[in-house]
Amino acid sequence: MVLPSLKLQDLIEQIRGAKTQAQEREVIQKECAHIRASFRDGDPLHRHRQLAKLLYVHMLGYPAHFGQMECLKLIASTRFTDKRVGYLGAMLLLDERQDAHLLITNSIKNDMSQGVPAVQGLALCTLSTMGSAEMCRDLASEVEKLLLQPSPYVRKKAVLTAVHMIRKVPELSSIFLPPCTQLLRERHHGILLGTVTLITELCERSPAALKHFRKMVPQLVQILRTLVTTGYSKEHSISGISDPFLQVQILRLLRILGRNHDESSDAMNDLLAQVATNTDTSRNAGNAVLFETVMTIMDIRSAAGLRVLAVNILGRFLLNSDKNIRYVALTSLLRLVQSDHSAVQRHRPTVVECLQEPDASLSRRALELSLALVNSSNVRAMMQELQTFLSSCPPDLRADCASGILLAAERFAPNKRWHIDTILRVLTMAGIYVRDDAVANLIQLIGGAQELHAYSVRRLYSALAEDISQQPTVQVATWCIGEYGDLLWEGSCEESEPLQVEEEEVLTLLERVLQSHLSLPATRGYALTALMKLSTRLRGDNNRIRQVVSVYGSCLDVELQQRAVEYNALFRKYDHMRAAILEKMPVVEPSGPQADEEAKESGEAVPSPSEPQASKLMDLLDLLDGSSGEAQQLPPMAPSPEDSLVHLLDLPCDPPAPACSSSAAHPAGAPPLPVDDGTRCLRPTRELLLSPTPAPIPNLRVFEREGLQINLSFVRPPETPSLLLITVTATNTSGGDVTHFICQAAVPKSFQLQLQPPSGDTVPAQGGLPMTQLLRILNPNKAPLRLKLRLTYTHFGQSVQEIFEVNNLPVETWQ
Amino acid sequence: MQFMLLFSRQGKLRLQKWYVPLSDKEKKKITRELVQTVLARKPKMCSFLEWRDLKIVYKRYASLYFCCAIEDQDNELITLEIIHRYVELLDKYFGSVCELDIIFNFEKAYFILDEFLLGGEVQETSKKNVLKAIEQADLLQEVTLRHA
Repeated sequence: MVLPSLKLQDLIEQIRGAKTQAQEREVIQKECAHIRASFRDGDPLHRHRQLAKLLYVHMLGYPAHFGQMECLKLIASTRFTDKRVGYLGAMLLLDERQDAHLLITNSIKNDMSQGVPAVQGLALCTLSTMGSAEMCRDLASEVEKLLLQPSPYVRKKAVLTAVHMIRKVPELSSIFLPPCTQLLRERHHGILLGTVTLITELCERSPAALKHFRKMVPQLVQILRTLVTTGYSKEHSISGISDPFLQVQILRLLRILGRNHDESSDAMNDLLAQVATNTDTSRNAGNAVLFETVMTIMDIRSAAGLRVLAVNILGRFLLNSDKNIRYVALTSLLRLVQSDHSAVQRHRPTVVECLQEPDASLSRRALELSLALVNSSNVRAMMQELQTFLSSCPPDLRADCASGILLAAERFAPNKRWHIDTILRVLTMAGIYVRDDAVANLIQLIGGAQELHAYSVRRLYSALAEDISQQPTVQVATWCIGEYGDLLWEGSCEESEPLQVEEEEVLTLLERVLQSHLSLPATRGYALTALMKLSTRLRGDNNRIRQVVSVYGSCLDVELQQRAVEYNALFRKYDHMRAAILEKMPVVEPSGPQADEEAKESGEAVPSPSEPQASKLMDLLDLLDGSSGEAQQLPPMAPSPEDSLVHLLDLPCDPPAPACSSSAAHPAGAPPLPVDDGTRCLRPTRELLLSPTPAPIPNLRVFEREGLQINLSFVRPPETPSLLLITVTATNTSGGDVTHFICQAAVPKSFQLQLQPPSGDTVPAQGGLPMTQLLRILNPNKAPLRLKLRLTYTHFGQSVQEIFEVNNLPVETWQ
Repeated sequence: MQFMLLFSRQGKLRLQKWYVPLSDKEKKKITRELVQTVLARKPKMCSFLEWRDLKIVYKRYASLYFCCAIEDQDNELITLEIIHRYVELLDKYFGSVCELDIIFNFEKAYFILDEFLLGGEVQETSKKNVLKAIEQADLLQEVTLRHA
C-alpha cells in the first residue's frame, strides 16, 4: 500500500513539532527515505512536491544531493509548476562544481527560445545565478537574441544575464557591447537599470569599451537630470526620491567614465552639483544618492569648489543622528584624507568626537581617521585625545591605537622630552599591546637625548617603583637605571619633582624585578645587566651586587646564567677592566644632519642608529669571553610559557643543552604545567597600572630541624587579586645532604591550590644551593588562608616525615 | 551582491541566495560564522560591518535578520534600501508578513526575490511590476496544476 506523500506544509509542521534535535533528524530521515523511493519509482505528478520538501530539509542543513537529477527532470517537464520548483532546485543544489549542472544547458536553451515570458524568465534567472563559464559560452547567442524580445519583462532579465555572462567570460563583451546603445534609449526603468549595470561592467573590463561609452556621458547626464528634476513617478519613488536605485547606478557609471578624463568630468559637473545640493536628506534613500554623488565627485576631475562641497557633505553626515550615515562618512573621509587633506582637516573636531562612539565599528574608523589627521600643528592636542581614548577603548583597538600614537609621535614630536613622555605614557597604559621594537626605540631615544637623562631616569624610577609588572616599561626603566643610576642619587633635576633615592633602594628594586615571577626572561636579563652596570656607579661597595651575580651563575635560565657567569668573571679576573666595560654608552647620533629634523620627517632615522648601539653591546660580550654567544641585547617580548619560571637549581656538572631553556624548565621529567604568571602579563588584562603594587609581604620561616630550614615567601600580583604565589625555599646548613625531598601542601576547600614542580629533590649540605618550589593559591572569596605542609625526605640516613600547619600567616596573604 | 541570508534570532536559516559559486561546505562555514557575528551585535550598533574582505549590510525586521554581503565598491546605504524593498514586497504579497509565512512558504520567498534581484543586481525598481509578475506566475501555476 502506498501512503499518500506528505504535503510540504505538513512536513514543515512535523519538523517544527519535533522537540529535540534527534527527533527532528528522525522525522527528516524517514521523509527522505520516502522521497528517495518516490524518485526511484518516478512519480511525475508529485515530483515537484517531493523536491520542494527536499529543498526545505536542505536549508536545515541535511544532505539533498540525490535530488539533483530530479531537478533536471522537473525542468524538462512541460508543466510550469514543475519548472518553477525544478529551476529553484537547480539554483540551490546544482552549482558549477557539480558535473550534472551542464545537463540543464539544453533545457535552459529550449526554455529561452519558447514564447512564454514567465518560462523564459525562469531560464534566464537560473542562468544568471549559477551559470558556469561553459554554459555562458554555449548560451550567449540565445541571450543576445532575447535582448530584442518584445516583452520588456524578458528584455530586462536578458540584460542582467548578459552582465553575469561577461563576469564569467569576459570575451563575451564583444557580443553584448553593440546592443547597449539601443538599450540606453529604453524607457522601462528595469531595462535601463540593467543596461547601465551592463555598461558599467563592460567599461570596468576594457579600456576600449570605456572610450566607446564616454560618448554617452551626455545621454546619461540627461537621463539622470530628468529623474532628478521632473520624473516623480509614484511607482518608482522612495521617500520622494525618484528611483534611487537607478540614480545610484548612473552615478556609479558616471564615476567610471569621468575618472581621469577632463572632458567627461566637465560634462557632468553641473549635474553633480545639482544633485548634491538638491537631494532631500531626511531619509536614507536621499542619503544613499547623496553618498554616491559625493563618491563620484571625489573620484573624477571635478572643480575645486565642488570637491569642497563634497567633503562638507561628508562632514555633515558625521553629525547625522543615524549611525549608518556616520559610518559611511568616516569610511569615505578615510579614503579622501590623502588626496584632500586640508578639506578633511576642517572636520577634525567632529572626527575626534566620534572616538567616543560606543559602537566599535565606528570608533575604529574614527581612530584610523584621527591618526591620519595628525600633523605637526595639531600633534599635542591630538595626542591628548588619542591617549584619553587609549585608556578607555575596547581591547581589540588598543594595539592599533598604541602603535598609531607611537608612530605619530615619532613623526611629529615637537621636542624630545614630549616624545619620551608620550612613549612612556603609552607603555604604561598599554604596554602589552605595543610592538616589540617600541622598547628599543624608546631606549635609543633616551640614549640620544643627553640633556634628558636625569629627567628620564627619575621618571622611570618612579614608574618602576610603583609597578614592576608592565614589562615594556620595566625593561626601559631597568636599562635606564643601569645606565644613569648615578644621576638618581647625585644632583637634582629641575624638570621633575625632587626625589630622594638611596642606593640601597635602587638595588632592592632591581633585585625585585630580577626575582619577580612577573618578569619575562628578557626583563630579567635587563635587570641583571643593570645591576652589573651599577657596580661601577655606586658610591658604596659592590658586595650586594656581587652576591646576586654569583647566585645567578647557576640559574636555570641559560641566558641569565651566561650573563651572570660572565659578569662574575668581570668581578674576579677582569676587575681592572670592569669600569671601562661598564662605562656609560656614548650618545648615539642618527645618520644624517640633525636628530630632531630627522625624527620629524620620517621614522627611518630611528632603526639605523640602533645598529652602532647593538654592535657596542656585542663588543662587550666579546670582551668577556671569546664566544659571541646568544647576544640578545634588546630581546623581543615573545612569550614562552616554559621560560617564565627561574629555578635556582642544583646544577650538575654537565653543561645544559644549548638554547634549550624550555626543556631546562622541566626538571626530572615533570610534566609541563599550564602557563605561569610570566606570560599572564602579556594577555590583555583590564586592570592595568592603576592599582599600585602593595608593600611586599614578609617572609616566614615555617620549619627547622637539624639544619634543614623551610622558608615561605609570598607575592600577590596586582592584576590578579585572588592569586597568591608562595615560594617554598629549603636550605640546609647541616653536614649531610637532604635527599628525596618532597613537599606537599593542603588548603581549605574554597581555595584552589596548584603545585609547580620543585627545582629538585636534593638540598645539599653546608649551605648548598636551596631548593625552591612554587605554590599557586587562588582565593576568590578572600577567606582566611590556612596552609598545611607535609614534608618527606631522607637526612643522615633516616627517612623523615613531618606534617604541620603553618601558623602566623601574614594577613596580607589573603586579605 | 555576493549573497543574501535570512535567519532567525536563534540562528536558524530561513533563506539563502548565493550569487557566487561556492561549495556546500564553504557555504555552511560562511553561514555559521556570519550568523554568529551578526547575532553578537548589540541592538544599537550600526548596520554595517567588515567581515573577511566583504562588507556586510544587515537589518533586523521583527524576528528575522536580513543580511547581505556586498563588494568594496558597492553602496551600503542603497543596499539598506534593497533589503527594505524586499521586505515590503514580501509584506505586500503575504499581507503583513511574519517569519512563519517565510518558513511555510519559503519557495514563494525565493520566487519573489528572483523577481526583484537577478545575478545579484536589482532588475526591477517598480514594486507594482514585481508583484504583478509574481501574480502572473502564480496564475500560470494554478492553470497548469488544474490541467495536470
